[in-house]
Amino acid sequence: MNLFWWVILPYIALAVFIVGHVWRWRYDQFGWTTRSTQLQERKLLKWGGPLFHYGTFAAIGGHVIGVLIPERWTAAIGIPETVYRWFSASAGTLAAVLVIGGVLILATRRLFVPRVRATTSTVDYAALILLLVVIITGVVPTIFVNLFGHGYDYRASVAPWFRGLFSLHPSTAAISAAPVIYQVHATAAWLIWALWPFSRLVHAWSAPLWYLWRPYVVYRSRVTTRPAEPGTSGRRWRRIGVPY
Amino acid sequence: MRVKAQVAMVMNLDKCIGCHTCSVTCKQVWTNRPGTEYVYFNNVETKPGVGYPKRYEDQDQWHGGWALDSKGRLKPRAGGRLKKLATLFWNPDLPAIDDYGAPWTYDYQTLTDAPAGKQNPSAHSISALTGKDMTPGWGANWEDDLAGAPERAADDPNFAGLEEQVRLTYEQAFMFYLPRICEHCLNPSCVASCPSGAMYKRDEDGIVLVDQDRCRGWRMCVSGCPYKKVYFNHRTGKAEKCTLCFPRIEAGQPTICSETCVGRLRYLGLMLYDADKVLGAAATADEKDLYGAQLEVFLDPEDPEVRAEAAASGIPAEWIDAARRSPVYALAARHRVALPLHPEYRTLPMVWYIPPLSPVADVAAERDTGLFGAIEALRIPIGYLANLFTAGDPEPVRRALHRLAAIRTHMRSVQLDEDAVSDDDLEDLYRLLAIAKYSDRYVVPPAHAEEAGTLMAQHEQLFCAQPGGPDDNFPQPASGPVRDDDGRLHLDLSPAVPAPRDPQPTDDPARRDA
Repeated sequence: MNLFWWVILPYIALAVFIVGHVWRWRYDQFGWTTRSTQLQERKLLKWGGPLFHYGTFAAIGGHVIGVLIPERWTAAIGIPETVYRWFSASAGTLAAVLVIGGVLILATRRLFVPRVRATTSTVDYAALILLLVVIITGVVPTIFVNLFGHGYDYRASVAPWFRGLFSLHPSTAAISAAPVIYQVHATAAWLIWALWPFSRLVHAWSAPLWYLWRPYVVYRSRVTTRPAEPGTSGRRWRRIGVPY
Repeated sequence: MRVKAQVAMVMNLDKCIGCHTCSVTCKQVWTNRPGTEYVYFNNVETKPGVGYPKRYEDQDQWHGGWALDSKGRLKPRAGGRLKKLATLFWNPDLPAIDDYGAPWTYDYQTLTDAPAGKQNPSAHSISALTGKDMTPGWGANWEDDLAGAPERAADDPNFAGLEEQVRLTYEQAFMFYLPRICEHCLNPSCVASCPSGAMYKRDEDGIVLVDQDRCRGWRMCVSGCPYKKVYFNHRTGKAEKCTLCFPRIEAGQPTICSETCVGRLRYLGLMLYDADKVLGAAATADEKDLYGAQLEVFLDPEDPEVRAEAAASGIPAEWIDAARRSPVYALAARHRVALPLHPEYRTLPMVWYIPPLSPVADVAAERDTGLFGAIEALRIPIGYLANLFTAGDPEPVRRALHRLAAIRTHMRSVQLDEDAVSDDDLEDLYRLLAIAKYSDRYVVPPAHAEEAGTLMAQHEQLFCAQPGGPDDNFPQPASGPVRDDDGRLHLDLSPAVPAPRDPQPTDDPARRDA
């Protein structure tokens, strides 16, 4: 069982993540969008959208520091575990408050505002549920274990296993000894990676940073290209009456 | 000088009867799909009125178009690039769907399914967004023919600075129709606002389009356009806009709104312009000078030097010839009876309007003051027209109206008085405005036949050029600039940094063979 949860599932998720993105990018440029619902509802989104996204950026930054950077590196530059924990707990709690506030507003909006709910697909619900699981199981230990509790050094168990996956030496012992809440967090996260290419989450890879360096007005001229065979050019407009 | 050609339009407001045929045919052709129920690429507004979406003309509220910063530099009014990225997750300037009018349909099934009874069954309204019952409360056409004007028309932003609100009393009310499509601006702020670079202006004919494959739904174009003529498809999550019916234009046909215009008030033709002058004109300090500055950007196709430069820029010979016959150039630049819509947005719009004169004849007869004297006493206040067309400067409007009045006086004298002197200019205008033959109204040169393969590709893919590298059967032009692999030409309009010159399709044997 350990092998499945901590080795096979992550690798399947990663494989689906990569292959899925290649497929989606080639087949479905037309469906690659944020699918924003600001047009339908703007009052709740005003708070939910920025809170969630900026909070998520902070949380991603925290994961890079906490999971990708080994404990011995921070120790080597003279940061003891207590200091790290203090930083991780306080900054993590700030990010946690932003993310959980944002996601609760967004989930409320999606479930209870009829105009928004009408745009929600099955994949959206799946992504939303997984996100809620990941966020709650991430926020609870950050606040109640690391900030107010006795603390848990996930950098000694979860992080080495995660890095081990990428160096092809995953250590199941470390993660299987971790508290259940970290295990649920990690598993739900893998499921999100697997779902990612098939959901609207793909818009994250289109973050338009290039805009900062682009001239304002874009001109484009025709190029000679072979007309695509009918039906081979990816997803297109649907006929009237066919749901998207 | 960097000569480019653009397909542009003029609408003669004197002739618009507000029948909405243009809106209907446009809707049938382009937005008769789920997600675009509320979208009218072409809509006809009754003026005065708040418009579609509500009060779109008030840029203090919506922050569309461009503004000059404290140093006189041109900047999107909603803020620069960093501000745009920072507000990606919630765009403060995006209209809500209720500002356009939440879309609805009717429960027609009830009409046939209802059991027999004393009363006739009625089809109640159903929201196109949720499928649930709703009571419509606003729509693109809610204020048609001044409906509700006593309550709402005073909110028309074009009344700013006028004392004309008093004219909304019933006895003095005025109205005219304003059909609107995308302006296909020379300095499009929607294109500038698009973080993905999915929006572009076509190099060949100036049509502004959204690449449906590259749009990521950041919706900055919707708020960036001061005319609010880019729309968000709420089903596909992508922006859509008026395409100037490019498949028809490429085939040398007028747009569907023009083709079906009952009043025959639309004109389509080419404008040659100098791309090097665009940004300078848009950054003109005084808003009232923007109209004149845009006229300076246009190039006179009768000027042999312009024609030589146009040919050198790769504009085909028959396009240059069409530019000489362009009714748009004649009405906007030569005779100056057509004026731009809201030049103060600094986008250099390319759909121009001949201001309405119609009620003048009655006024003149009533007061016996002659046509020219009556212009000041028009029911449609000149100040209102000036706020619409010339950033508040009444002079160009007055001149255009005088010109229109002069045609009537002149033609009356020519037809009644055998000794009348002929006036080529006025008779040319008479031919364009009053006779208005199909072939004079629409001078649209077809795209070149050697590009037919490309055109098919564009049609198959709707709004987008497919990324494609060199191909054995469809060789890339051997000479020419280095572009990125999907033909994108990042033309920096600032003259200091000249963009690569376009390949010359007519001179390139590889292209002809393709």
